[in-house]
Amino acid sequence: MPPTESGGTPAIEFRDVVKRFGDHTVLKGLNFTVSPGERVTLIGPSGSGKTTILRLIMTLESLTGGYIDVHGEPLTHEQRGGKRVALPSKRVRANTKRIGMVFQHFNLFPNMTVIENLVEAPIHVLGMAKADAVEKARGLLQKVGLSDKENEHPSRLSGGQQQRVAIARALAMDPDILLLDEVTSALDPELVDDVLQVLRDIAEETDITMLIVTHEMQFARDVSQRVMMFDGGVILEEGHPDDIFTNPREERTRKFLSAVLD
Amino acid sequence: MSWWNWQSALDALPLLLQGFGTTLVATIGGTVIAVFLGLLIAVLLRTLPAWVNWLPKLVVAFIRNTPLIVQLVFIYTLFSMNEALIQVPALTVGILVIGIHYSTYMSESYRAGIDAVPQGQWEAISALSLPPVRSFRSIVLPQALRATVPSLGNYAVAMFKDTPFLMAIYVTELVRTAEQIGGRTFAYTEAFTLAGLIFLAASYPTSLLIRRLEKSLATY
Repeated sequence: MPPTESGGTPAIEFRDVVKRFGDHTVLKGLNFTVSPGERVTLIGPSGSGKTTILRLIMTLESLTGGYIDVHGEPLTHEQRGGKRVALPSKRVRANTKRIGMVFQHFNLFPNMTVIENLVEAPIHVLGMAKADAVEKARGLLQKVGLSDKENEHPSRLSGGQQQRVAIARALAMDPDILLLDEVTSALDPELVDDVLQVLRDIAEETDITMLIVTHEMQFARDVSQRVMMFDGGVILEEGHPDDIFTNPREERTRKFLSAVLD
Repeated sequence: MSWWNWQSALDALPLLLQGFGTTLVATIGGTVIAVFLGLLIAVLLRTLPAWVNWLPKLVVAFIRNTPLIVQLVFIYTLFSMNEALIQVPALTVGILVIGIHYSTYMSESYRAGIDAVPQGQWEAISALSLPPVRSFRSIVLPQALRATVPSLGNYAVAMFKDTPFLMAIYVTELVRTAEQIGGRTFAYTEAFTLAGLIFLAASYPTSLLIRRLEKSLATY
């Protein structure tokens, strides 16, 4: 689907998205769009569906109903002849190439060195030459401050270092969209700042679209243009972080924020 | 010492070692088959759609639940009685049957090893859009093998100790050699004692080696 006007196509569009786990409906017909280059933070109590949203975009969960479009193209399902049709897995994989995700528990490949973690996908998904992939990976390791660790195995690194490697690994794929799923939640408090600083730099230096699930409210305020408050699988309210954090309309948002900011 | 004759023992040794050579060939050949076929079975059972999956599952269950010696004699007889089939040496039949038999056990080890790869690894593979074959080879299998290799080693040792069944199809391996020596010279005690010691001398260090391997694989 071509853009109707230049820049008019959203980076991400949810249309009537439904997600059920067994009897439990997590998302009840969700609609929203994210513009290219926009940074959106999703907040809300646990179980409100915010992580599920990221996992649906990364295709780690399958849609129960509705559609997700990425840059105007169907991600996992499309409408064909009035019917909802699942796309073949090869096409889904092609669609997710430019979507990167950083996980709460890093999920680095423990059998590979740091540099091997970084070059695996660029070589075998993007078809980059090995020398180019290595050069690029070294540049990224320098950016996240881990140049001296390229030949270490992940188990030899601290949690904060592992997470910075995981960020570099996601960036090595040149993502248009980066999904950050509670990336500092598993870290010791003193390691959180380094990771957040790396992300702040990326937010400043690139125009990658970011969807962020976090409990670091100051970070959310610094990098995002919009905050969406979720509760019970629907968007309770949304707006600029300054408005949401200082002057929320909804009582439940107020309660949630005071609990988190404590 | 009337029950033990050093001269008989010494006479028996060269023949026994020759028989042991056959035992080794059968073990190594069988292990190679079982290691690769076992992996193939594990991958097949994982990737085949449910409507055809029952067939390999049934075959695996059938092989695992019937005695090795029955399988050996059955296949050997099938080949030797049926003139339409090509004639295969008994040792080759033995290696194939014992290899296939143990592949059904090894496939279970591979399955457990693959299941032990954490969910987060699969999610990272997915998030990087890595294609299935490449990610299996570079990420899943190396991690699965850490849990699998020790148990594959144990099965190889078990197979080694099962090779005497090959004498049911007239393969002159170590134990059949001992029996032939006993039948000819009545030095049963010497021949079988030496045969047992040869088995022990080979399998005990191997199992120690497996245990060490297990330890060194435990951490990255």
